[in-house]
Amino acid sequence: MNQPREGFLGQDAALELSVNGGTVRVASPPATRLADVLRDELGLTGTKIGCNAGDCGACTVLLDGRQVCSCLTAVAQAAGRNVTTVEGLAADGRLSDLQASFQKHGAAQCGICTPGMLMAAADLLARTAAPDEAEVKDALGGVLCRCTGYQKIIEAVLDVASGPRPDLPPAAGAAVGARAAKVDGIARVTGEERFGADDIPDDALWLRVIRSPHHHASFRLGDLDAVVKRTPGLERILTAKDVPSNGFGIYPHIKDQPVLADGEARFRGEAVLALVGKREAIETFDEATLPIEYVPLPPVMGLDAAMAPGAPLVLPDRPGNLLQDGGVRKGDAAAAFASCAAVAEGRFETAFVEHAYIEPEAGWARRVGKGRNARLEIHVTTQTPYMDRDEMAVVMKLKPTQVHIVPTACGGGFGGKLDMSVHPLVGLAAWLTGKTVACVYTRPESMASTTKRHPARVHAKFGCDASGRLLACEVDAEFDTGAYASWGPTVATRVPIHATGPYMVPNVRTRGRGFFTHCHPAGAFRGFGVPQGAIAHEAVMDELADKLGIDRLEFRLRNALKAGDATATGQVLEHSAGLGECLERLRPHWQRAQEEIAAFNAGSANLRRGVGIGCMWYGIGNTSLSNPSTMRIGVSKSGVVTLYSGALDIGQGSNTILTQIAADAAGLPMSTIRLVTGDTDLTADAGKTSASRQTFVSGKATELAALDLRKKLFAAANAPEGEYLDYRYKLAIEGNGKAAQIVIRRDGITHRVPLKKDILGEGYFDPPTSPADADGQGVPYASYAFAAQIAEVEVDLELGTTRVLRIVAAHDVGRAINPIQVEGQIQGGTVQGLGLALMEEYLPGRTENLHDYLIPTIGDVPHMECILVEDPEPLGPYGAKGVGEPGLIPTAPAILGAIENATGVRMRQVPVLPHRLRAALGAPA
Amino acid sequence: MSEYLRPTQFEEALRLLARGPYAILAGGTDHYASRVGKPLTEPILDVTAIRGLREIAERADHWRIGAAATWTDLLEASLPPQFDGLRLAAREIGGVQIQNSGTLAGNICNASPAADGVPALLALDAGVELSRTGHVRVVPLAQFILGPRKTQRCSDELVSAILVPKSEFEARSHFVKLGARKYLVISIAMASAVIEHSAGVVFKARVAVGACSPVAVRLAALEDALRGRPMNARLPELVHAEHLAPLLPIDDVRASAGYRTGAALTLVKRAIAGACA
Repeated sequence: MNQPREGFLGQDAALELSVNGGTVRVASPPATRLADVLRDELGLTGTKIGCNAGDCGACTVLLDGRQVCSCLTAVAQAAGRNVTTVEGLAADGRLSDLQASFQKHGAAQCGICTPGMLMAAADLLARTAAPDEAEVKDALGGVLCRCTGYQKIIEAVLDVASGPRPDLPPAAGAAVGARAAKVDGIARVTGEERFGADDIPDDALWLRVIRSPHHHASFRLGDLDAVVKRTPGLERILTAKDVPSNGFGIYPHIKDQPVLADGEARFRGEAVLALVGKREAIETFDEATLPIEYVPLPPVMGLDAAMAPGAPLVLPDRPGNLLQDGGVRKGDAAAAFASCAAVAEGRFETAFVEHAYIEPEAGWARRVGKGRNARLEIHVTTQTPYMDRDEMAVVMKLKPTQVHIVPTACGGGFGGKLDMSVHPLVGLAAWLTGKTVACVYTRPESMASTTKRHPARVHAKFGCDASGRLLACEVDAEFDTGAYASWGPTVATRVPIHATGPYMVPNVRTRGRGFFTHCHPAGAFRGFGVPQGAIAHEAVMDELADKLGIDRLEFRLRNALKAGDATATGQVLEHSAGLGECLERLRPHWQRAQEEIAAFNAGSANLRRGVGIGCMWYGIGNTSLSNPSTMRIGVSKSGVVTLYSGALDIGQGSNTILTQIAADAAGLPMSTIRLVTGDTDLTADAGKTSASRQTFVSGKATELAALDLRKKLFAAANAPEGEYLDYRYKLAIEGNGKAAQIVIRRDGITHRVPLKKDILGEGYFDPPTSPADADGQGVPYASYAFAAQIAEVEVDLELGTTRVLRIVAAHDVGRAINPIQVEGQIQGGTVQGLGLALMEEYLPGRTENLHDYLIPTIGDVPHMECILVEDPEPLGPYGAKGVGEPGLIPTAPAILGAIENATGVRMRQVPVLPHRLRAALGAPA
Repeated sequence: MSEYLRPTQFEEALRLLARGPYAILAGGTDHYASRVGKPLTEPILDVTAIRGLREIAERADHWRIGAAATWTDLLEASLPPQFDGLRLAAREIGGVQIQNSGTLAGNICNASPAADGVPALLALDAGVELSRTGHVRVVPLAQFILGPRKTQRCSDELVSAILVPKSEFEARSHFVKLGARKYLVISIAMASAVIEHSAGVVFKARVAVGACSPVAVRLAALEDALRGRPMNARLPELVHAEHLAPLLPIDDVRASAGYRTGAALTLVKRAIAGACA
């Protein structure tokens, strides 16, 4: 029970509370959220703010030992009580068993939810030393995680009772393939990691964005100078006129999105003005007093409106609201359909999907240096520092070298932090005011203003011969790309290539089109449209198999792409096409599931179970474009080994994976390799963290860089040429400071040479691709990932609710450099796929928070079993390819197939909300 | 930021409230959630330090749930089976964080159509005790909530307790919530049933449905139909669509109106089945 303080508090009373065992007095007003006091006044930024509404649990702390949301707790209510934050878990510099277990199990990916998860678990474990899984789920049910799929978190909490010990880092030469703990994991379980909002300088001005409340409106601005004059603490109001080049966008030739709207707002949530000033002044400023005169205009909402003849144009230079029309043509699909023994087709529809990373966009900027030497420095949460640098240079009319991007830790991206958010706003404000300027989005503005997955309408038609061999495929996919292009062209290009599914189809005609509407831009989201396409092709595969009386798994196996086959673009796959093996490894699970389900359904009326299967393929990296990465690894004269990586780890584990690759290629223990990542002044361009490319592309560049370093070290030690390639020669850097030495050992003979200078190895890799011809023929990707997953579901026929009971996921990853991280990607992607299938639907203006927009909680996730198939990719590092996106793609198709198997109803619109399924099931029996 | 009062004495709180208006703050789970990105400028009267206000106590003919009692307090209190439905509702409120801070009184004062506590409290025939200096009145919960975000509370009144009458006979209860996910979910619909029984026969039944009308409602016709019937597994079969006439469901982001009606029927049956189990 709360021990009340005597008397009552007025506004100036100082409060005293115990935080992590020490008494502190705080000056913040009593109604201040405890989370803000912890972070802003006490500097305990381990406590994260994801929503300020109790929807995500990232801010969970213990209050007298009980978990509470510190964003919903008035600091006055903590007076005289004990507050424990993540910083209070480790004692005497030692991780608690709970933290150690998180680190061991890979329970933290990006790490933004980790403090909340840890505190919720600490509350549980203090009451129940050895909880069961149901108790863990109940206790952690109030904290959302968007990365892990929760399974490793559950395993970590369950394992605490056993006193987990972190595994020793792998020895030299044994790093690749090891279940190594994250090299950057400790800071994520202690709360030390600094995300976008965690390291804002005290003297920063703050920036608040004023956004359009209308989907579409013209607007006029009144006298803003007068507003600045009459508002103490408000320094400046930025408008479109302040932006040197007011357009940005992913493609070099499409800079269509204004930093600040210029007289016309094209989506609800579009930035119109930016207030810059003292934090309290701009936060308390009453937006209604701004002289903005909106004239609402009819919005173009949805594909039908955008495609209607004579539809108003969203962008004046885009006739028909068309962004792009592309496709792939091989053979003669129309003729082939005439000879098919079975044909199936369907039209499928998906919604806007929000990335819902738990870290809202945040960052700060300052102008450094004077005159011609002035540079713009931006600290920001991002997936792509070099693209940010170049985009900022365009917007600010600076040389790229005048922009310096310093990425903070990224609290989840999934494609949503590939586009700029706060960057141009804080950058512009800092450049113009000469002061440090910071901005942290609220959850509603993050959701309203940033990109989403493209809503899609996909019409798919496939035909096969009597033996079940696919002969023809016709797919037409339409995408709603919102008000600006963003990554729309990528989606419209990638989907037609992948629209056949991972199957051998000789006659193909596919088309992908993107259309503009008055919605937030649709951009990159894990899979770039391929998940939407997969829903279509997998449903049609089920139907064709059923028509011919062939088992759904066997039908897919019969058509699975394999080495030697030509894809829709005519690319002959030479290696690493392991879908067949994935399916064969799934077969026993498939058969078991069918038997179990038949037995269950025989004794059940209202609850019906079903099993479904989904397959996917995914081209790694950019489509038909150069996609290089440069990596560097050096040994300083003083003996410190450093990997300089421009590849951002946004939680997926690339820091660890690249270190593992560097270690084995150099022949050094991974524990000796220090990391410098992301900073555009300190690292080379490794390309963006997207398209499942960092392990494959930057991993290969890392391998080459480490080999280059090894070669140079051997040369510095006067070893014979070529000897460096022989790993029987054991390399070490020993001693430090002036005594650092290169040491090479073999057969008991040791050769030592002093390090006389810094030595740097460099590696460059650009996967070989070729541009597409007019029919889309060519080599769009150097390598493809393959996967097959089965889902078992239980449907409540009366309520139309669906519970996913189990997922078995077989993925051909080429080589699992780090199986923990690979499983983490598969599980996390799978649960995002579950959300896509069953609950996620972003409605502009209606679901701008995490209680109306639902993502899966720990209670929604099934048990997930990962089967790692390793059909090596010779181009990749140690045979590896990518796995970032593949887990998501086959999940929704498998769930939809399972629902059909359970109920006989094929759902063609996702998400399958209970009312949609109930309606499809027809009147209750 | 303006005034923030945190009295420790109940009478003092009422005196202060008379100077108001104040926003009354308890667990803060609705207060802060509705002010995302907005300045915290209202004068606040925080009731969580008031002595005794957090008690859950047994009185001669009723149970008294103090206005500062949290959902966790309820779960940890020793209460008879008539409260089982309310306890099930408590477990469905947000996550454990919300249950640790949020109060039952706050849930009814917030008056959300989807408040998980309201159907369960309606089925318990709960009353709301409202206090102002020198005056106390008790209003049935069904009358206390006037509409979405609207209650009978005057600005100088404090909800001081929720009062739950003891049942005349042995009572069993159940609560069922339907949401599009597990945990942290706003209900599409929910139903709660409290059934008093004697010698295997229903003496009195109270059944309420939430999130299917501006204010959660009791189903009087159904309650009448259940009275005198055998308390067994066939009891839910008595539920018919006409019993749901008081519901006025709407279409929203969570579900369609038509679906809600059908789902409510199912949930009511399951709530009754659960109470009979």
